Amino acid sequence: MTDQRQPATLDTVDHALDTPDAQQPWRDLGLKPDEYAQLREILARRPTSSELAMYSVMWSEHCSYKSSKVHLRQFGELVTDEMRACLMVGIGENAGVVDIGAGYAATFKVESHNHPSYVEPYQGAATGVGGIVRDILAMGARPVAVLDPLRFGSLDAPDTLRVMPGIVAGVGGYGNCLGLPNIGGEAVFDSTYAGNPLVNALCVGVMRHEQIHLAKASGEGNQVILYGASTGGDGIGGVSVLASETFADSGSSTSGPGKKRPSVQVGDPFMEKLLIECTLELFEADLVVGIQDLGGAGLSCATSELASAGDGGMHVWLDRVPLRDASLAPEEILMSESQERMMAVVQPAHVDAFMRVCRRWDVEATVIGEVTAVTDDEASRGGRLVIEWQGETIVDVPPRSVAHDGPVYERPFARPAWQDALQSDGAEKLPRPKSGAELRETLLQLAASPNLCDKSWITDQYDRYVQGNTVLSQPEDAGMVRVDADSGLGVAVATDCNGRFAKLDPYAGAQLALAESYRNVATSGARPLAVTDCLNFGSPEDPDVMWQFAEATRGLAEGCRELGVPVTGGNVSFYNQTGETPILPTPVVGVLGVIDQVARRTPLGFASEGQAIYLLGTTREELSGSEWAHVVHGHLGGTPPQVDFAAERALAATLAAAACDGLVEAAHDLSDGGLAQALVESCLRRGVGARVRLPEDLDPFVALFSESTARAIVAVPRSEESEFASRCAVISLPHAAIGETAGLGDGAVLEVQGQFRLPLAELREAWSATLPAAFGA
Amino acid sequence: MKVGVVTFPGSLDDVDARRAVTIAGGEAVAVWHGDEDLRGVDAVVLPGGFSYGDYLRCGAIARFAPVMTHVIDAANAGMPVLGICNGFQILCESHLLPGALIRNERRRFVCRDQRLRIENATTAWTSSFDPGAEVIIVLKNGEGGYVAKESALDRLEGEGRVVARYLGGNPNGSLHDIAGITNERGNVVGLMPHPEHAVDALFGPGVDGRAFFTSVLKTLATA
Repeated sequence: MTDQRQPATLDTVDHALDTPDAQQPWRDLGLKPDEYAQLREILARRPTSSELAMYSVMWSEHCSYKSSKVHLRQFGELVTDEMRACLMVGIGENAGVVDIGAGYAATFKVESHNHPSYVEPYQGAATGVGGIVRDILAMGARPVAVLDPLRFGSLDAPDTLRVMPGIVAGVGGYGNCLGLPNIGGEAVFDSTYAGNPLVNALCVGVMRHEQIHLAKASGEGNQVILYGASTGGDGIGGVSVLASETFADSGSSTSGPGKKRPSVQVGDPFMEKLLIECTLELFEADLVVGIQDLGGAGLSCATSELASAGDGGMHVWLDRVPLRDASLAPEEILMSESQERMMAVVQPAHVDAFMRVCRRWDVEATVIGEVTAVTDDEASRGGRLVIEWQGETIVDVPPRSVAHDGPVYERPFARPAWQDALQSDGAEKLPRPKSGAELRETLLQLAASPNLCDKSWITDQYDRYVQGNTVLSQPEDAGMVRVDADSGLGVAVATDCNGRFAKLDPYAGAQLALAESYRNVATSGARPLAVTDCLNFGSPEDPDVMWQFAEATRGLAEGCRELGVPVTGGNVSFYNQTGETPILPTPVVGVLGVIDQVARRTPLGFASEGQAIYLLGTTREELSGSEWAHVVHGHLGGTPPQVDFAAERALAATLAAAACDGLVEAAHDLSDGGLAQALVESCLRRGVGARVRLPEDLDPFVALFSESTARAIVAVPRSEESEFASRCAVISLPHAAIGETAGLGDGAVLEVQGQFRLPLAELREAWSATLPAAFGA
Repeated sequence: MKVGVVTFPGSLDDVDARRAVTIAGGEAVAVWHGDEDLRGVDAVVLPGGFSYGDYLRCGAIARFAPVMTHVIDAANAGMPVLGICNGFQILCESHLLPGALIRNERRRFVCRDQRLRIENATTAWTSSFDPGAEVIIVLKNGEGGYVAKESALDRLEGEGRVVARYLGGNPNGSLHDIAGITNERGNVVGLMPHPEHAVDALFGPGVDGRAFFTSVLKTLATA
């Protein structure tokens, strides 16, 4: 498209009618032949170059969900009354909204910014945070926290040294400057992410019920105001040429990560901070009828979505858009993904007051359009969006056709030929450590491995304290922030996904991600309420990948029904693959929970000596896809741990109630690395040792390293032990007293009786040395 | 007692600082960067954040905000002024304190629970501490490395104007492990760590930060 971006003459609608056969660069803009044909059919003429620009970005995979739509419908279909109870705004808006009680609502969503972060790690990650924060803001909420689920190539891959520090600095640089505490996330290393790091960003916001705002342009004569940063040439085609194809595609002038750099946006967190405060003040003064943030597809998206969701009519004077580069052509202005911009629909009588608030925050605001009436005929065709440039009409389209009536694909999918062989190659047959000394070595090796080691090299670059409401943050099981200072009401959020499990069985893998995230929220003492998901997969044009996607969405939708938590929104990221090799299927699941009293939260670390340690749940011999198989044997095969939603529900209810009633001092979920790693983390968090006796009916290795789900360890004060045990007994939750906390400080020891003793100092050294050794102290 | 907390564009910890003042028993007053007076406050906090994005030298633009003229005059007249992190940078840019703060030695933002020793318990903002007290306060900065000319450092040390020093590892390359300093009069204090994040054990590493705020209230009460 770079060659044709400045047509010699303005391509108006009249000009398009006069030159029906003009060649158009639809292919370079990422459109397929049948899509271009469909577009001509909708308009009953060829599109103008501006219209072509709009449709190309809005019909991109990233914006239109054309390959995923038919599968995502399940999230809306499999909804029970239990799930509806808390839901205030569901899928389809900028973010879902749930009722958290006492008149408060929480909104949260996770999104991907994978490809930009590979091309330009710092800016890609930074603008990933910025984008999701604006989505939350656009719902009417004050953003209160972010989490960042990240995935990188192997720790020893050379490019990881370029990609990882840049991404981490970008997440921190943007979020820190914005004043949003980073309260959790993930950092996972796997070779399949080497050419496709995953940068997912989740933001949580809170508001009063009456403050919910929606993205619709209604009310004839209402003014359309663009405010925030001016528009530049950055991020043009970000959603189409960058996010919606693989880097390996050749034959296009825009292929290759280096050449795609201009498609990456550049972030200005300071402007975003002003935008947040300014927008919240506009909401407070009730000056906004409808609002939309400008993210992927920029003005093309905001104008068409606002109009389509509202009365259907909008007239825009595009030449009023403030530019930071005066040479931009109208097509580029429509496609630009310049950051830190918002669009509001405002009653004419409120425009002056709106402008005053913007001036107070030094935020530039410009009326660029107005809501127009549509005829019944126009309404039936999807409304009418007219965009003018220097007095000429360059766009005249039904906005619904841009925003919602894009192509929908029933992509072929089939269970991969290799799936059976993969599943029959279980890790249970691999050689295992037997002696106490071997178990000790294995535990140390795992604790120091990239996925289980101390992540503070990363998380210490994030401000977790700003806003003064952070109760729990990494490395806790869930992040938690206070919402209401008077009552102590708070929300907890966790994100999880084990991509290896999802590779072995995408249906179960997605459910395991959901189960773990749900469990993590409950472990912190909160009641899980709702779900957001970021579905990261390879190319949808590969039937193997499409099968993984179909299975994962089906698994997730059915799992959400089982747990009674609705999916409120999320994001799909396809084309995450290097050449023919896709990433591990990575359906990241975020769960939000509510806690009435944040003071009652349960931290993960053992806090004092002499407390009883209980193991809750059932341990089976489940080693396939485990961290042990990965680290020790480089093995991936077999079937993942069994999913048991009834057990997850019982465990979660017990943990949340125990927190509320003050029966547990610490709790930690069992997941990657099994009981062994959970003990390591619980001991090291506050430097408290433990003496543990493994159940006699299990192979000690299985007891320590199996990754069976629906399990947790808790530290129970002696005074509460009988009450706690009887509660577990009542609901038949398996609970085994496996030891007690013992010893303080680094002189303390993690002892597995009859097997080994490990001083915490030695453990800490192994656990904390890995990332600094790779990336510098 | 009224303690004003200035909000610049890009201030982030202003709400936290006001909360800390309230917890300590004072009356917190929000002061706007464009204000042409100090709203009758008895002391001022310049809070943490990234004023004007810190794209230029940190604090270099905020120092010229209209309200700063009044803060500087008041400080010179003896009003207690505390600059936290970005506020410390603004105080240096305003020449109310000597030296400057530069990028962390490791070139990375750092957020951690930092051990400090209170070296001077006589300033307006530290008088509630025991001399030599060891405390844990949140540290979070990207440009927190304190530097000054050798002669200025000698003077700070000689006059006992180093208010707090890092213990257990220097997090940002500050010379002499300096975490905070004061002016000759002891009414102006610049501090890189964030005491406003250590006033409630549920939301920070403890309550060691409270004493900075109770100190100024005590100072004002006895003045």
